[in-house]
Amino acid sequence: MAISRARAKQLFSRSISSVASNPLHVCVVGSGPAGFYTAEKMLKKHQGAEVDIVDRLPTPYGLVRSGVAPDHPETKIVTNQFSRVAQNERCSFIGNVSLGSSVSLTELREMYHVVVLAYGAESDRALGIPGEDLAGIHSAREFVWWYNGHPDCRYWSPDLKSTDTAVILGQGNVALDVARILLRPAAELATTDIASHALAALEESSIRKVYLVGRRGPVQAACTAKELREVLGIKDLHINIQEADLVKTPADEEELKNNRIHRRVYELLSKAAMSGPSHCYTGQRELHFVFFRNPDRFLDSDDRSGHVAGVRFEKTILKESAGSGKQVAVGTGQFEDFESRLVLKSIGYKSVPVDGLPFDANKGIVPNIGGRVLINSSGDHSQIEGVYVCGWLKRGPTGIIATNLYCAEETIASISEDLETVLAYATSLPKPGREGLLRLLESRNVKVIPFNAWEKIDIEEKRLGSLKNKPRDKLTTWGELLKVAL
Amino acid sequence: MYITKFSRLGAHVIKGLTRGETPTPRVQYTQFLYSRPLQDLKHRFFSSTAAGNAQEGGDEDKEKISVTFVDKDGEEKQIKVPIGMSMLEAAHENDIELEGACEGSLACSTCHVIVMDMEYYNKLEDPADEENDMLDLAFGLTETSRLGCQVIAKPELDGLRLALPAATRNFAVDGYKPKPH
Repeated sequence: MAISRARAKQLFSRSISSVASNPLHVCVVGSGPAGFYTAEKMLKKHQGAEVDIVDRLPTPYGLVRSGVAPDHPETKIVTNQFSRVAQNERCSFIGNVSLGSSVSLTELREMYHVVVLAYGAESDRALGIPGEDLAGIHSAREFVWWYNGHPDCRYWSPDLKSTDTAVILGQGNVALDVARILLRPAAELATTDIASHALAALEESSIRKVYLVGRRGPVQAACTAKELREVLGIKDLHINIQEADLVKTPADEEELKNNRIHRRVYELLSKAAMSGPSHCYTGQRELHFVFFRNPDRFLDSDDRSGHVAGVRFEKTILKESAGSGKQVAVGTGQFEDFESRLVLKSIGYKSVPVDGLPFDANKGIVPNIGGRVLINSSGDHSQIEGVYVCGWLKRGPTGIIATNLYCAEETIASISEDLETVLAYATSLPKPGREGLLRLLESRNVKVIPFNAWEKIDIEEKRLGSLKNKPRDKLTTWGELLKVAL
Repeated sequence: MYITKFSRLGAHVIKGLTRGETPTPRVQYTQFLYSRPLQDLKHRFFSSTAAGNAQEGGDEDKEKISVTFVDKDGEEKQIKVPIGMSMLEAAHENDIELEGACEGSLACSTCHVIVMDMEYYNKLEDPADEENDMLDLAFGLTETSRLGCQVIAKPELDGLRLALPAATRNFAVDGYKPKPH
């Protein structure tokens, strides 16, 4: 009887109970913007919560480190805010812990009252067309990880020397980042935190012509004005846009009227098409915006060496898709081949499920309502108790860093509501939390990287960078990272 | 906390200086061209005492303007903002919950504020391309939206009212669709 009274007491005094007696143990998986914003809001809203952020890498910040382009240092300033979160006394960063291999979701649920999965999208969408596995075809994600020094792409390397042309499939911001890194003078990148191995390869690159290919037109281009302005402003770069592609239909006009981003992107593209010389000089780098082309198949080299030699595109026109009001690209039966021995697919990231987690393979997300993980994606709205999602795993791989601010707010609102209702009893019982996790990891010989160990990496990278006039020179192998941290 | 406040001030002071040299509208090219050197300077200014003077130094009230922030729940908070200070810094000095992910370097849209009176909105210089590029991505964009880091206190703005966008309302499970503008 005494026990139940104690439980009841805990139950009703949760809000004023001190951290020491029975803290609310929260585990956030993934230390990118979604993970850090979730942790920040959790700590703020629940004074009795202890939040652990685990990451499979020894380094925090997810795509701020391995996604944001090296020549966008301002975008990375947000890590100042994230590092303050990590240094909160109720928060711990635990790096080098992989969900699935170091610890299972079931185990995390046993040890924590609340588990928030924010591990993003670490795979790629496929086109599903013939020849996609030929050599020389890569995902933009790999290319981005490579130039950002992600340890999983240290020994991956694109061949930039045996061809002068690259085809990028897609016209979103990632595609523009990739084009910019390929076309910007390497000397300008030398003073950024670009990975040294990538800088060396770009310095020797023979790529001078890049095609950015989209299925639809300039009115529908998926990039934003800032990124477009930047790539259009590269020194000594010849920009090619077919003026015929800029002709707008009434449906296009309607689309532009309702979308400020597309309107401004379209204006920039038209301005670029009208200005500038129509021919480029010998040896000048070129960027071609190619619209209304849908990749149909990849072409093998004549010698059937298994290396891509080009891409066959089907020309498209736009048709209004029934119901949605959106215009979609449909094939015309006319084809055109582009020669290229380097193809980068920038058609979207894809999340990867883990054991014990429902996954909607169709949408590439975890089925959820407001961040509450559902047992399945059909009509059944039963919830998996204590498990939540945030970021790309929750809503798909779109949006900017700030999108996660609102995404995290929504997930935290769901958690807060549940703490008063469905989770009230479960959270009144003590759980081992951090202590339990660290014990388990130790028994498995997993070397965890706490925040102060990451700081050693941080200091070393900055020191190495200062020798080369770079803000940091990233450590890019697992071995180096762990050696410096431990 | 201490350090970051100074860094923000440092950046602000430097921005003010570069602006002073150029009579042209704010940011347009200064921000764009100088953004990287500014970053460097900003870090050097971490421990500078010069940076602190802008804020302290016994400012009198006549050198400050009155600004009211209206938060997501409609609660109002009136603060005094020294001439020359950005609304982002002013908000942070007064514990108003305005995000500033890029700390005023025009690389995000998190300090989005809505100028509540058109009359005041018109007193501001037009946003530069770079600010508009960021506003494109702001949640709950309106006709009188600005970035807090680009709205700098000046005497004519005394009585300014700024609303923080109630963005969560628009946030859907399957991804946010920017509102047409």
